[in-house]
Amino acid sequence: MNDAPSPTRTAAFEARLKKRYSAERRFKAFGLGAIGLSIAVLVFLLVSMTVNGIGGFQRVTVEVPIDFTKVGLTMPAGVSDRPAIVRALGDQGLPQVVEFGAEQALGSAAARELNSDAWRQVAEAIADDPVLLRGRGEFTLPTTNDLAAAYVEDRPGELGDVARRLAAEGKLERSFDWGFLTRSDATDPQQVGIWSALKGSMLTMLVTLLLAFPIGVLAALYLEEYAPKNRWTDVIEVSINNLAAVPSIIFGLLGLGVFLTLFPYMRSAPLIGGMTLALMTMPVIVIAGRNAIKAVPPSIRDGAMALGASPVQVVFHHVLPLALPGILTGTIIGMARALGETAPLLMIGMRAFIATPPDGFTDPATVLPVQIFLWSDEIDRGFVERTSAAIIVLLVFLLVMNGLAIYLRNRFEKTW
Amino acid sequence: MVTNAPPKMCTRDVSVWYGEKKAVDAVSIDIPAEFVTAFIGPSGCGKSTFLRVLNRMNDTIPSARVEGCIELDGDDIYASRMDVVQLRARVGMVFQKPNPFPKSIYENVAYGPRIHGLAEGKVELDAIVEQSLRRAGLWDEVKDRLADSGTALSGGQQQRLCIARAIAVQPEVILMDEPCSALDPIATAKIEELIDELRGRYAIVIVTHSMQQAARVSQRTAFFHLGKMVEYGETSQIFTNPREVRTKDYITGRYG
Repeated sequence: MNDAPSPTRTAAFEARLKKRYSAERRFKAFGLGAIGLSIAVLVFLLVSMTVNGIGGFQRVTVEVPIDFTKVGLTMPAGVSDRPAIVRALGDQGLPQVVEFGAEQALGSAAARELNSDAWRQVAEAIADDPVLLRGRGEFTLPTTNDLAAAYVEDRPGELGDVARRLAAEGKLERSFDWGFLTRSDATDPQQVGIWSALKGSMLTMLVTLLLAFPIGVLAALYLEEYAPKNRWTDVIEVSINNLAAVPSIIFGLLGLGVFLTLFPYMRSAPLIGGMTLALMTMPVIVIAGRNAIKAVPPSIRDGAMALGASPVQVVFHHVLPLALPGILTGTIIGMARALGETAPLLMIGMRAFIATPPDGFTDPATVLPVQIFLWSDEIDRGFVERTSAAIIVLLVFLLVMNGLAIYLRNRFEKTW
Repeated sequence: MVTNAPPKMCTRDVSVWYGEKKAVDAVSIDIPAEFVTAFIGPSGCGKSTFLRVLNRMNDTIPSARVEGCIELDGDDIYASRMDVVQLRARVGMVFQKPNPFPKSIYENVAYGPRIHGLAEGKVELDAIVEQSLRRAGLWDEVKDRLADSGTALSGGQQQRLCIARAIAVQPEVILMDEPCSALDPIATAKIEELIDELRGRYAIVIVTHSMQQAARVSQRTAFFHLGKMVEYGETSQIFTNPREVRTKDYITGRYG
């Protein structure tokens, strides 16, 4: 009997062992494949966005020398704000002066391809530095959309010839366009900027955060720490879970039906947009918050209670600080979702054409994803690159916002 | 060892239910102020439940229900005029698993005095922290690293930190729920020494499943079995000359 090999040393056992190891190798390969696929998709997305988007951050400009000495333009007296100065210079004939300068230097065919709004840039330069009016200046001015396209795509034909001639003379170039980040929406892709949408997004997110975070955290704390466990709290829990899964456009309808009925003059305002998105974000924060609060070890509560801490002290001195990293994780997820949301904001009118950045929470505004949606709908080819550039701005905004939240979370974890 | 002083705490016919299940059945016991009282008995005999009733920690369990009379210095602790926050400041507790707050050693000890406003200013608070840590026998080990996290200490040090935290609010009674069951023998010996030093200053009640420990640290022992208190008396008498057969069987290792 003792001569029989032990059951773990038979050939059959070794075959089973081999099978177990190969199962493990298979599992590891699948997991690695899944991660590889995710990384490949992410890299493809980022690379294609960057390649397309770089063009969106650039625009085609020409060098135009202008001689102000003989034209007799004067600074309007007693006006100090820029738009008024620009308007006054326009009335004095600055557009014609710019056109004349371009004709002299570049020829009439090229002068026609100067952007119709180019003179505004000259006017703004003059408003900043009135001394310019007493001499000559070189200005780098945007071209028309057609000339830009002809230059970038090196098209044959008359316009292409003009572009090639100017480029050969070193007067036409494609350069980084800082103005894209400071200008607002326009009908001409050479003139558009992202600033009004970016500012609109910031204001809207601020409202969302200020509403959803405290309400969500308080609701989670109450439900976990104070609410009795009965049928009513079960109903509330199910409702909140359902709320987190409601399609976002429904929240837009709610915003339209409730908020815009209450505040009819605030159509397109970041305040209303933020309130609508807060409705959407709050359930996410409540669910994440409750899980984080549940994860606080009961021994910590017991320890504090046994020292005579009142329930509120237990919550605010011990439970909340320990749960905060988890709550912040939920907030990041909810805010990231809100930042990318388009549909509910369309419902409350944030799709309007906004040519001036909002000055406050009640001014008409648009947000980045809606701006992207609107530009992607434009027929003009120049908007394709601008759309990609706007997507990059949105992604960078998202990255900054999440980075900040993660930094705060880690900082908080360390102080404990 | 017979004393005529009035008991610090006294319970009469205390029963505890968890829902339909009766965990503690009509326990009457007097806890003296000047001694260490030990509760022994097999697992699930209700000794820990009974201990948690003494400072109303069972209030947090929704299904728990307490009947009978429990008095602290003659006041009913379940009466509506008894404030549970004040009760727990008077009757402190140390748990089975060391549970320091994830804060600095200093903050752990200072927390109780701070929430009860026991110290006027930083100097007084520092003094309370030092005195509590000294009494818990931890001062020399941690005095140079009071700002380190309490959770970074060893298990035995953590438990002594929890004792320091409990005595910092100057309680009258300290309840200890198997304070050494998660510790190694050396740490256990230190805690037992500490309990011996604290005796007389506080009424101490200790739940333990180690009979040797009960014999070493306590002057009074109560034996619990199946929710009932079987026998209560001087520790020497319980261990050398038990009146009840069940007590004798338990302490001689017949069951449990």
